[in-house]
Amino acid sequence: MRTRHPKDTYAGLLFILFGLAAMGFSTPLRIGNAAKMGPGYFPFALGAVLSLLGAVILVQSVLRAKGEQARPALQVKPVVLVLSSVVVFSQVLQPLGLLLSTVILVIVASMASHEFRWKEALLNAAVLVVIVVAVFVFFLDSQLPVWPAFLIERT
Amino acid sequence: MELLSNLALGFQTAVTPANLLYCLAGALLGTLIGVLPGIGPVQTIAILLPTTFALPPISALIMLAGIYYGAQYGGSTTSILVNVPGEASAVVTCLDGHQMARQGRAGAALTIAALGSFVAGSFATLVLAVLAVPLSELAFKFGPAEYFSLMVFGLIGSVVLASGSTLKAVGMILLGLLLGMVGTDITSGTPRFTFGVTELADGIGFVSLAMGLFGISDIINSLEKREKRDILKSKLTGFWLSRSDLKAAMPAALRGTLSGSLLGILPGGGAILASFTAYMFEKKISKHPESFGKGNICGVAAPESANNAAAQTSFVPLLTLGIPPNVVLAMMAGAMMIHGIQPGPRVISSNPDLFWGVIVSMWVGNVILVLLNLPLVGIWVRLLSVPYRLLYPAILLFCCIGLYSVNNNTFDIGLTALCGLLGVVFHKLECEPAPLILGFVLGPMMEENLRRGMLLSRGDPSVFFTRPLSLAFLLMACAMLIAVTLPSIRGKREQAFKEG
Repeated sequence: MRTRHPKDTYAGLLFILFGLAAMGFSTPLRIGNAAKMGPGYFPFALGAVLSLLGAVILVQSVLRAKGEQARPALQVKPVVLVLSSVVVFSQVLQPLGLLLSTVILVIVASMASHEFRWKEALLNAAVLVVIVVAVFVFFLDSQLPVWPAFLIERT
Repeated sequence: MELLSNLALGFQTAVTPANLLYCLAGALLGTLIGVLPGIGPVQTIAILLPTTFALPPISALIMLAGIYYGAQYGGSTTSILVNVPGEASAVVTCLDGHQMARQGRAGAALTIAALGSFVAGSFATLVLAVLAVPLSELAFKFGPAEYFSLMVFGLIGSVVLASGSTLKAVGMILLGLLLGMVGTDITSGTPRFTFGVTELADGIGFVSLAMGLFGISDIINSLEKREKRDILKSKLTGFWLSRSDLKAAMPAALRGTLSGSLLGILPGGGAILASFTAYMFEKKISKHPESFGKGNICGVAAPESANNAAAQTSFVPLLTLGIPPNVVLAMMAGAMMIHGIQPGPRVISSNPDLFWGVIVSMWVGNVILVLLNLPLVGIWVRLLSVPYRLLYPAILLFCCIGLYSVNNNTFDIGLTALCGLLGVVFHKLECEPAPLILGFVLGPMMEENLRRGMLLSRGDPSVFFTRPLSLAFLLMACAMLIAVTLPSIRGKREQAFKEG
């Protein structure tokens, strides 16, 4: 069957998925009864309502003849590069310190733009390193590790 | 007279050198970030929230309030100069504001926006101060049943006024409520949906969720579009208003203030609805409706006053009942909780200095903004010409560092990336994330009140329908839901969103 409203169809499926998952993960918790609700009662009920609602949205999207939605198109490059710049930053911050992590984040994130240029990204990274050090290290005195861990151990 | 002594207490708290400085810093930073096109108050608060962590609660809230209306002001500046509204509530300001700018009257448009906002802000702060005590006393009479129904009413209200599919918005609320369940159950101490991850024992971090859904996913979405910006290149001059401008704009600003103050209090209301309503109303009563959209000064004065008034009065339900009426206030509620303050009727009696200090600081912030915004407009314009490709890595960087400083761990940063991915999916499927945030903030409170209500009634759900106030809230929620599904109103609503 082909859907004319793919955005609604997928949204319905997503809600059903989340709703069923919530119900599934609530059952091992104590459900209790209406007067003495256990930790599983409210999430289970929410999950049930959510999956029902998802089903309604799904059925409606398939049956409704009027109008047509564009198929959602995803550009992979910005999603992957922006998200990985954030994840990589979280992984390298403690071992490599703030300075190097900043440079890595700025460069990986900049690559997501269709106007990416190495020279500009490096310059931007350099400027941001100066700002970050000024604001967070000198002004706010935050607990961030600044230098790579291996350098500190040696000295 | 009690009001006067309360306000005096507020002035004592707010007008200390340190707190004035935080108010100023908040207003400046808020404008700085809020002026960037495509970044509204929600994103601004999410990005700047971590800068307040080191402060004591009162100063932090004062600074946050500064950030909040700084962002509102910044949004209108962008609308007038670039024709890209930084936030939904500034959409209508674009219509006439940018036209004025093209006619070389950008200075006058900015001045009337600032003046109108100031008048509105002052009046709305007074409304907040007057309503706070009686409403929070009323809130003390609420039992769990009333609270539960009030939250249902508030959540449904936010759905009705959101654009797009109502059913999907309800789904987003439920999803938000469920995400709010993650973490240790308060009543039994049982961990829920944590999957053995110790960092999740305290629940999903509010900052992670908000930054992921609004900050990071917005960056990804803007990178997909290759929009051209229409920045005003000519020199900004002529900030003084002529007598005829003032004569035309002042009544419009006052009408905007009144309607904005009223609409801000309603759940789901707030700045967006207020600015739309004020604009429509001005157009309707104007002798020259055809001049709207072509640079009519009333078309700037009314919506700008209305959105600022509503931005202020939407604190009323949050501070007196503990219910955030819209997503921006949900951000404020989340921010308050991070600082250990549970918004609600208890704040006013247990921390009067904090409560009145924040209220007075709102007015002080408005004064600061009107004094600073116009002289600094040149700087904001220059900021607008920084290309996006240099800007977004900086925003990402500040988000990440801010996230790290919440708990000094890197788990929150990874969680934010995950929420960012979820945000992109929602955007693709046209599911609005705002109701989700609202549900997330209200989730734990809603569950607790449901549990207590049902415990008191020994499991009889009729308690929600037999107590008059509770019934009234539920009926209003039903009425709103039915109203949006009616074809005639549905058409009008879609038309209203299209006009923006």
